[in-house]
Amino acid sequence: MVGKKRETGLIQDEPLIFEQGGKGRKGYSLPRWDVEEVEAKSLIPPSLLREDLEGFPQVSEVDVIRHFTRLSQWNYGVDSGVYPLGSCTMKYNPKINEEIARAEGFANIHPYTPEPLTQGVLKLMYDLGLYLSEITGMDQVSLQPAAGAHGELTGMLMIKKCLEGRGERRTKVLVPDTAHGTNCSTSTIASFQMIGIRSNEKGVIPPEQVAQKMDEEVAAIMVTNPNTLGLFEEHLKEISEIVHQKGGFVYCDGANLNALMGIVKLGDLGVDVVHINLHKTFSTPHGGGGPGSGPVAIKKELAPYLPIPVIEKDGETYRLNENRPHSIGKVRAYYGNFGVLIKAYAYLITMGPEGLKKVSEMAVLNANYLMKRLKGYYHLPYERTCMHECVFTDHFQEKYHVSTLDIAKRLIDYGYHPPTIYFPLVVKGALMIEPTETESKESLDQFIETMITIAQEAEENPDLLRMAPQKVKVRRLDEVLAARRPKLRWRPSASPSLHGGEE
Amino acid sequence: MRYFTRYIPHTEEDVKEMLDTIGVGKLEDLFKVIPEKDRLSSLLHLPPPLSERDLIEHLRYLQSPVYTCFLGAGAYYHFIPAVVPHLISRSEFYTAYTPYQPEISQGTLQAIFEYQTLMCQLTGMEVSNASMYDGASSLAEAVLMASRITKKRKVLLSEAIHPEYRQVIQTYLDPDREPIILIPYEKEGGRTDEEILLSRLDEEVSAVVVQNPNFFGVIEDLPKLIERVHQAGSLVIVGFSEAIAYGILAPPGSMGADIVAGEGQSLGIPLSYGGPYLGIFATRERFVRNMPGRLVGETVDLEGQRGFVLTLATREQHIRRERATSNICTNEGLCALMATIFLSCLGKEGLKELAVMNLSKAEYAKKIASRIHGCKLNFNAPTFNEFVLKIEGEPERILEQMREEKILGGLSLKRFYPELSQHLLVTVTEMVKKEEIDRWAEILAKSIA
Amino acid sequence: MKFPEDLLYTESHEWVRDEGTQVTIGLTDYAQSQLKDIVYVELPEIGAVFKKGDSIGVVESVKTVADLFSPITGKVVDTNFALKDHPQFVNEDPYGKGWILKMEASDREEFKTLLSAKSYQGLLSEES
Repeated sequence: MVGKKRETGLIQDEPLIFEQGGKGRKGYSLPRWDVEEVEAKSLIPPSLLREDLEGFPQVSEVDVIRHFTRLSQWNYGVDSGVYPLGSCTMKYNPKINEEIARAEGFANIHPYTPEPLTQGVLKLMYDLGLYLSEITGMDQVSLQPAAGAHGELTGMLMIKKCLEGRGERRTKVLVPDTAHGTNCSTSTIASFQMIGIRSNEKGVIPPEQVAQKMDEEVAAIMVTNPNTLGLFEEHLKEISEIVHQKGGFVYCDGANLNALMGIVKLGDLGVDVVHINLHKTFSTPHGGGGPGSGPVAIKKELAPYLPIPVIEKDGETYRLNENRPHSIGKVRAYYGNFGVLIKAYAYLITMGPEGLKKVSEMAVLNANYLMKRLKGYYHLPYERTCMHECVFTDHFQEKYHVSTLDIAKRLIDYGYHPPTIYFPLVVKGALMIEPTETESKESLDQFIETMITIAQEAEENPDLLRMAPQKVKVRRLDEVLAARRPKLRWRPSASPSLHGGEE
Repeated sequence: MRYFTRYIPHTEEDVKEMLDTIGVGKLEDLFKVIPEKDRLSSLLHLPPPLSERDLIEHLRYLQSPVYTCFLGAGAYYHFIPAVVPHLISRSEFYTAYTPYQPEISQGTLQAIFEYQTLMCQLTGMEVSNASMYDGASSLAEAVLMASRITKKRKVLLSEAIHPEYRQVIQTYLDPDREPIILIPYEKEGGRTDEEILLSRLDEEVSAVVVQNPNFFGVIEDLPKLIERVHQAGSLVIVGFSEAIAYGILAPPGSMGADIVAGEGQSLGIPLSYGGPYLGIFATRERFVRNMPGRLVGETVDLEGQRGFVLTLATREQHIRRERATSNICTNEGLCALMATIFLSCLGKEGLKELAVMNLSKAEYAKKIASRIHGCKLNFNAPTFNEFVLKIEGEPERILEQMREEKILGGLSLKRFYPELSQHLLVTVTEMVKKEEIDRWAEILAKSIA
Repeated sequence: MKFPEDLLYTESHEWVRDEGTQVTIGLTDYAQSQLKDIVYVELPEIGAVFKKGDSIGVVESVKTVADLFSPITGKVVDTNFALKDHPQFVNEDPYGKGWILKMEASDREEFKTLLSAKSYQGLLSEES
């Protein structure tokens, strides 16, 4: 099934783990047998036992190491270079934080370890909650949600329960057209109906529209600030007042918090609930898709509805309190992605208040510098000072029949991860660039030079873009085939068809 | 502008040059859009920054002691081969984002494809997603998915499912729309009471949810039960919290389960005080378009080379938005990679041997414990590596005495099951040595007397 | 781009072929060109009843989802099962092999609100 073998020095070809190894090969070392080995079928009826782990790999430790090492070499991470994905805040992941999280006294602690033995761990979580409240200008935090979207669900369920407590059953949520997709799907899971709000020509939510659509049926408005166009929602305070007046809540998607730390507090702008993506703003690694952590910060009116347990401090003792009759319950087992929380905590106390402010200042400086230097080469739909990210489009390149996709793929040939493409939806052919504060001026300049070169290539030799990428492990992949004929796992059978067999 | 950190490269000259290029005089000008009265005039109230060395000290002080562990109940202390942390520490894996640009993410994508395959093999199902947050939320999403498929609302939930998992399901379900009916466990056996379950089945039941092995460590008798539930027209969702059990237990897929949603923490992921863990989610091919979470599929590139991409993304939030199958975006990607590496190391023989070792160690503990006067095994159905003891005495007091010997002797069940007020859930994995089991039994005997 | 004269059209880019006792419904050439490669078509249940304007199905390409709206009020009597394995028929032959479903109309008065090929084309040139 493999065509021409693609090996270029460090980029080695590597089959699936199931396609290598051999019968009887082992890659493990179990603890010593110090009790008598029992035969499973003497204790458990054979009808409840399995015959075999069919298809499972049989490889040696060396095989495993080589396999995954080679796979890793096909990847690109923040440690490889600039990763300007808008709305993802791909900043540097401090290594000391990784080491700390691996310490035995954190990594090997069972969640049901009795509280007298976990005071330090509870203090870490309690203090982290305090610090996140301070940064966002809110009153209390739950560290339970495992990701931003999970935090959104938690927040919306709290709002719902609070309204029910007032005897109200509101069914609608206002969501702007620049919202992340998760805002919409979260509304549905929380059983709300979504009402759209259109951003104005300046790229922000107009308070008049909110006033028009706000009524006693609307539970909340979900905003992102700065929004996904990289612009500060300048009318947020007014909008909050409009919503509050009719008894609604303001939910803020905190994915873009990297622009605001030490500059302004979301709580001061009328926000009632905000989730924070620790794997964005607080430097915990993205892990190729997770794990993240999405703590949710609230104003005290919503405190009774926080998920349980809530970490409380009683004198010098910390404890987990499950006795909260109005809580929405639990959104996951145990207390949160503790292994991620440690890293965010360590980052926070490494940076301190001045450091965090500098993070936001430099993030915004970097984005505006990029925007200024690329202006003229790429079309800028909103000509305004941006926050931590900026949005361009492929409008100038349209006449060469080159699209945002082509530009993104060509960047790969130059050794960069592309920016976010085709989001937000309000901008046609969007190219959303977020450099983050951990990029130096030199690395930004190199990136800018590359983008300018690509703009020139679009004009002079557009095929280079349309045929890109050409220098990495694979060329452009057939996503249509993948969707029409989904092949979502390996199977040991061997049919010779291109899409059914393995070589 | 006096403050420097090693994570922010900008010097004063850099900043000045960049401001000049942008065309503003000072940094504050970039934030002009924020009204002055809303801008903070003083620094945030946070502790002063720590140097790397001080940071290490500070965090060392917050760590917990590691005791001999007889605790399970959804989180298991298993041996993690050095290969696992070594490989996931490769920065190309852990500092990468979700593989939306497949050409430079083939490492992540192929690894997830291998993960999806392993989860199908482990659970006996046809398709698996790329992970959910944890076993509890995975199970909750399974219940939501069953509703989407059957268009029915009622759910039958076994009381022998992990109490925290049940709480999460409760939170995720809208009580006005989806009534939950709890099915009790058999007092003698410890299994879900099949008779009561079957009696509560009707045409309005969307799904029946059970856990195997269940919270008490008991192995449920599923084959016949699943058949009967299907005959009644409902779906069967099987959850689990101890994945190692499937080294020897018949996988739910082979018994006819429709959705399998469980916890993968046992597969090479550290305990880490409760997270991050790994939600495993697998189902039948015919339900794939209703499935939450990311999916990686195989395809070819322009030159016919095999490659992998995220696929069937139209189910997900970033495309389907308010009609998505879930709102999940970030999942537990790196944890899924840990599980993939762990299972690759163990392989066919290793997982089986590990499971047998767990079973054997638990059997040894069970035998000794049942010989202690004042202590007996509470349930008579077969168990895997966890079991419930009934103690003549105060479980809390006994656990305290064990703690003095640096042993976490088990979980008192009173907080979850008020009727099991004198009962302890005891878990024995391969990490517990024989002499530690002997010591535990000794203290148990002494405390009861 | 083709707009067969013998068909009626909707503003949401469906076409209708009046066959007397029933109608055949599909997506226009314009719609399929906008969606690009179609990977999946979600068909309604046979026997299902819809009002004019209801969402009766979904058409998916790799990166987009589009609803299919019922041009008339009526009952579904047949769906094109071939689309399960060959969703690309909608791209290749939107008015022939790529037909999507057939319905029995309950109110023929509604046909008067549908657009002629000329009006539909006019709409398209306005939109661009």
